Amino acid sequence: MKKTLFDKVWDSHVVKHVEDGPDVLFIDRHMVHEVTSPVAFLGIKNRGIDVLYPSKTFATADHNTPTINQHLPVADPLSANQLKALEENAKAYGISHWGLGHEKNGIVHVVGPEYGITQPGATIVCGDSHTSTHGAFGAIAFGIGTSEVEMVLATQCIMQPKPKKMRINVNGALNFGVTSKDVALYIISKLTTSGATGYFVEYAGDVFEQMTMEGRMTVCNLSIEMGARGGMIAPDEKTFEYVKGREFTPSGAAWDKAMAYWETLKTEEGAIFDKELTFDAADIEPMITYGTNPGMGMGISKSIPNATDLEGGVATYKKSLGYMDFSEGDSMIGKSIDFVFIGSCTNGRIEDFRAFASIIKGRKKAPNVTAWLVPGSHKVEAAIKEEGILDIIREAGFELREPGCSACLAMNDDKVPAGKLAVSTSNRNFEGRQGPGSRTLLASPLVAAAAAVTGKVTDPRDLMKELAQ
Amino acid sequence: MAYDKFEILKSTAVPLSIENVDTDQIIPARFLKATERKGFGDNLFRDWRYNNDDSPKTDFVLNDPTYTGKILVGGKNFGSGSSREHAAWAVYDYGFRCVISSFFADIFKGNCLNIGVLPVQVSPEFAAKLFAAIEADPTTEIEVNLPTQKVTLIATGESESFDINTYKKDNMLNGFDDIDYLQNIKGDITAFAEDLPL
Repeated sequence: MKKTLFDKVWDSHVVKHVEDGPDVLFIDRHMVHEVTSPVAFLGIKNRGIDVLYPSKTFATADHNTPTINQHLPVADPLSANQLKALEENAKAYGISHWGLGHEKNGIVHVVGPEYGITQPGATIVCGDSHTSTHGAFGAIAFGIGTSEVEMVLATQCIMQPKPKKMRINVNGALNFGVTSKDVALYIISKLTTSGATGYFVEYAGDVFEQMTMEGRMTVCNLSIEMGARGGMIAPDEKTFEYVKGREFTPSGAAWDKAMAYWETLKTEEGAIFDKELTFDAADIEPMITYGTNPGMGMGISKSIPNATDLEGGVATYKKSLGYMDFSEGDSMIGKSIDFVFIGSCTNGRIEDFRAFASIIKGRKKAPNVTAWLVPGSHKVEAAIKEEGILDIIREAGFELREPGCSACLAMNDDKVPAGKLAVSTSNRNFEGRQGPGSRTLLASPLVAAAAAVTGKVTDPRDLMKELAQ
Repeated sequence: MAYDKFEILKSTAVPLSIENVDTDQIIPARFLKATERKGFGDNLFRDWRYNNDDSPKTDFVLNDPTYTGKILVGGKNFGSGSSREHAAWAVYDYGFRCVISSFFADIFKGNCLNIGVLPVQVSPEFAAKLFAAIEADPTTEIEVNLPTQKVTLIATGESESFDINTYKKDNMLNGFDDIDYLQNIKGDITAFAEDLPL
């Protein structure tokens, strides 16, 4: 039977199959952060067990951390407590820990790839649903709950039934002004928020081959938003080039051995998927969401659909639009906005800041906008400074903050107030996600930049054409 | 993590027919700062349940004394979004041992099974029947029988079978979790680790 990329990585990590039950899957990399680990560490402590493979476990602080004045003590006592718990647990069990203030600190799904922790053909888990990000490297990566975090700490394994397989092909060339974020939001709008539940997705086709590694990370990151267990892209020259020479990447003879395995990681001709979908890149324009789940998105030039044109319950749809204070038939373009957030594990990398800078250059932040620019890590922050992007940011009246998950889920002080509308490069627009009563529009860094300088939802292509002249 | 065994649950049910209920609604992010599993029942659906001044929102079903029970009947795609297991804890600690829906999001479903909340997936038609029955008579009882894998509307006797794999079923019936199983095969795991391609 011909194997898919997913089969190859999954099957090679099965320790044991339980009769009419799950597979016992060995985990190569366990990423840990401060929110979903304390109770797990407490669990192993109470059982009197040690962490089985500390060298395969990597901790970073990201969800709770403030994005300004990181050198000062954390003001929120609960946040401070969680950060301290992670620090103590990491020390007690001999686990690598890049806490607040550490030079390698950043969002877990940004730093993993930066330091070569993320590698092709690996199984990677973390108590966070956007772990799917690492699938961009041809890894099987997915989010787990706290009990499973405890399981992996204790036994380096997880028990999971093997998901079904889906392949999503996107062919052709991306249109002007269309980014990887738009590709992902487009796919999710077609599948809906539950359309890939039960499946592990492989992304294939021209568009993904052409995409940079950061673009692939953005797409894989969002796989969970259509319910997929995870998403992955076959490793290629771009992947190997990216991974080479990083701190945790093998070198010398170990590199050659790894490459020999990595080069086998592609779906075999004739392999069968449980479901296969194909989209045309020509149909994708810059996207924006209008509702309260990531599937409620559309091309920025379109109008909000009528309930009757969509599948799904009318009552739920109307409740969603009611929360957003939008109406069927509304145009998104021209809507006045209050906040702009550039950052998160979805779009907090250097290419995202380059894209943002390309639009704000020579322009000024709109007076009605509060903007939070949050780099995904200190490494990204350093690159922003090195490339002169910080100067562009300041010239335009913006400020750069320090790394963290920040306004993506607003566990720290970066909360959008009730009723305010935010254009955000993050991954979720659920009710109250960015703060109780807040309203979120998900978009690419280009769309967010355009909104930041005009103060309203704006098609970035209009500003880009201006620049091109 | 220990939890009470689940065998047969016979109870009235609380209906929440909204679709795509995500885990940010089930337990908002600000409650994830806990370092222990405490107080989660109080914060279940916090922002749908309470106003900013902590007064109860009268139009939310959990604040309506007409509806009580150990079973929650939810709209399709229940538990979507974040992997926070805290959502399952909130459901369990509030007092629900079973959630019935026509469709569950994967990670939430797994989390429930790991901590002793039984997720029961039924057909959309049967889910509609349950909602209608509860609406007509909030005191109507539902029986969820894990050994026979059947959910029954007691008043009419209408029932439907539900799926659960044998391994998870055994765990639920006994209040076991996966760690005990994995601890027993530790030798296999460390031997396996030696042979990995990486």
